[in-house]
Amino acid sequence: MIEIVSETRCISCNQCVKVCPTNVFDRSESGLPIIARQDDCQTCFMCELYCPTDALFVSPHDRPAATLDEEELAGIGLLGGYREQVGWGKGRSPGAARDATYLMFKEMQKKAGH
Amino acid sequence: MGNLNSYNNKAASLTLEADVLVIGGGPAGTWAALAAAAKGASVVLADKGYCGTSGATAPSGTGVWYVEPSADKREEAMKSREALGGYLADRGWMKRVLDRTYANMNDLALAGYPFPLDESGNRYLRSLQGPEYMKLMRKRVHKAGVRILDHCPALELLADDNGVGGASGIQIKNGEPWTVKSGAVVIASGGCAFLSGALGTHVLTGDGYLMAAEAGASLSGMEFSNAYAISPAFSTVTKTAFYTWASFYYEDGTVIEGAGSQKGRSVIARTLLTQPVYACLDQATEEMRLWMRKAQPNFFLPFDRVGIDPFTQKFPVTLRLEGTVRGTGGIHLIDENCATAVPGLYAAGDAATRQFICGGFTGGGSHNAAWAMSSGSWSGEAAASYSAKLGFRRNARELQGLRTTPVEKAAGARESQVKAGAPSAQEVIAAVKREVDPYEINLFRSDARLKQSLGRLDQIWREVRSGVATSGADVWKAREAASMAATARWMYASALARPETRGMHKRTDYPDIDPNQHYRLLAGGIDDVWVKPEPQPALPAAEVHAG
Ligand SMILES: Cc1cc2nc3c(=O)[nH]c(=O)nc-3n(C[C@H](O)[C@H](O)[C@H](O)COP(=O)(O)OP(=O)(O)OC[C@H]3O[C@@H](n4cnc5c(N)ncnc54)[C@H](O)[C@@H]3O)c2cc1C
Ligand code: SF4
Ligand code: SF4
Repeated sequence: MIEIVSETRCISCNQCVKVCPTNVFDRSESGLPIIARQDDCQTCFMCELYCPTDALFVSPHDRPAATLDEEELAGIGLLGGYREQVGWGKGRSPGAARDATYLMFKEMQKKAGH
Repeated sequence: MGNLNSYNNKAASLTLEADVLVIGGGPAGTWAALAAAAKGASVVLADKGYCGTSGATAPSGTGVWYVEPSADKREEAMKSREALGGYLADRGWMKRVLDRTYANMNDLALAGYPFPLDESGNRYLRSLQGPEYMKLMRKRVHKAGVRILDHCPALELLADDNGVGGASGIQIKNGEPWTVKSGAVVIASGGCAFLSGALGTHVLTGDGYLMAAEAGASLSGMEFSNAYAISPAFSTVTKTAFYTWASFYYEDGTVIEGAGSQKGRSVIARTLLTQPVYACLDQATEEMRLWMRKAQPNFFLPFDRVGIDPFTQKFPVTLRLEGTVRGTGGIHLIDENCATAVPGLYAAGDAATRQFICGGFTGGGSHNAAWAMSSGSWSGEAAASYSAKLGFRRNARELQGLRTTPVEKAAGARESQVKAGAPSAQEVIAAVKREVDPYEINLFRSDARLKQSLGRLDQIWREVRSGVATSGADVWKAREAASMAATARWMYASALARPETRGMHKRTDYPDIDPNQHYRLLAGGIDDVWVKPEPQPALPAAEVHAG
């Protein structure tokens, strides 16, 4: 579930408010997004991908997590880690171009039952 | 049909006219919108979430049933799931889907999707990564001049004596209603995964099924709606392909014999009834581990974030119900244009039945994605032609809302029709989930359990009919609850009407396939649910292929 909006990283671009499929965020008066309806979060990680400054963190758990420490997460590369993997962001090239699914299908054909 | 006359030509805060309205902006809806626009139609696309991130494909990604047009390869591809699907698929439809998918995937390459190269340097077109694919589809739809309405769930269809002519719904961001009058409507609102938490399915509550049935359309294959997917117990990521290389374990570390991703999912389910099940992808070689990450980065997200190495460490798994999303039931189509029996109404993607190409076996892994883009294109083209034929008459219609369930007053629109003391959407949803989630009812099916459950669902439906309460800010959730209840009733009524085991529909009291039930089932009805065999089914002879 969505857990963190980093106030120091966020540039109030409103992208997350716009793209979240289940309308979890509201824009606050200051322009920062707030997590208004965490219950509706479907843990799809899409907001992270669309955030240009790696300001969001979605915990992998399907229910609210215990308190998380932003600096610690940043320290181990988890803030923005998914964006880096799929190659989204300035100066990166799309990870889809490195999709190695063809190797998976090849291996699958070797498995019994396929 | 007893409609509540909820749409009465009052000025809604957003009222639009178009040739074609597409409900849903996943793969099926975006391909439908593109195809309709290419025919010169004006198009509005309304999505409950955000077109580009919403639905089952966007956060995930799909293998695609993309097969080179060589006779041998096509024959092999068509044969592969025929027996698994209980011989309910149709080769004519399969051929058309293979052709259209081939064309659409090459079209995507031209449009700039960054397809990878395989080891011989050829472009590999059998896989799409969801975020990239759906970002591109939104861009294309936008460029084609389609008006996109995000966060705008459709709540009901509008119709007159000549058929369907639009829909209305609510704008989640401001609580105001919207109305689109159109010559034709394509329902592409995805399937129903009963809010099980499976990846990307929170918006997929069967809304399109209920809207179509209210207009008089039927459903088909609803007994094949009990697909369950493996995921880590703590996580929503129901990507299942890599479990091909998993071993499954009891808590004490001994192997669960017979448990497996493909054939052994029932063994996993049976074990989960009494104790936790653990998995480890310990059959993947070192070399495989490297490319697995490049094939499906989202598979590894939950593991990386909790610090588990899935190749060497055991982790608890569960099975999440994906209902019709990886099942094959949906709105029945009467022709190759993806038309329903209701004039002006078309259906595509998971909203429509996928039995034509999958029979009773899951469409996950490749077929569903191919179906979504093919049926999307066909329905969009046909809807545009239909609207063009209506000509100027399409705007001069007296339309009525078809909703059969009352909805609370939406910001200044109409009076609340919900009585005090009505159950809340959350309560109804929880009650439906108690009937559809349990493996002992939905996976291991039997006459007695299905009948008892259907009785309780009928009672839930009667309550839904007299009103579901919401906070007022989330009135669409009442329709989600209603749609889930309706979908569950068609699902179990169909399961009862098929006393045999075929495809994913497994009856513990009838464990064998029955040659006399070699037909597809249609279902429908709002208060009185009916199920009957499809008339004149043109089905392949099972005997010949099975031999
Ligand atoms: C984890 C996972 C992995 C999968 N992998 C594969 C695979 O490898 N290969 C394969 O072939 N298939 C796969 N599938 C299935 C595949 O994702 C679906 O078949 C496909 O997404 C169907 O496309 P669609 O456009 O019909 O529906 P969706 O992509 O689900 O889109 C439906 C859209 O309709 C919108 N909507 C819903 N209700 C309303 C309403 N009332 N009003 C307006 N809009 C509404 C939703 O917001 C959503 O945007 C997978 C599914 C899952 C869950
Ligand atoms: S993870 Fe998905 S549902 Fe949750 S806040 Fe982000 S975009 Fe919204
Ligand atoms: S997308 Fe990122 S930067 Fe933009 S408002 Fe949201 S958190 Fe802030």
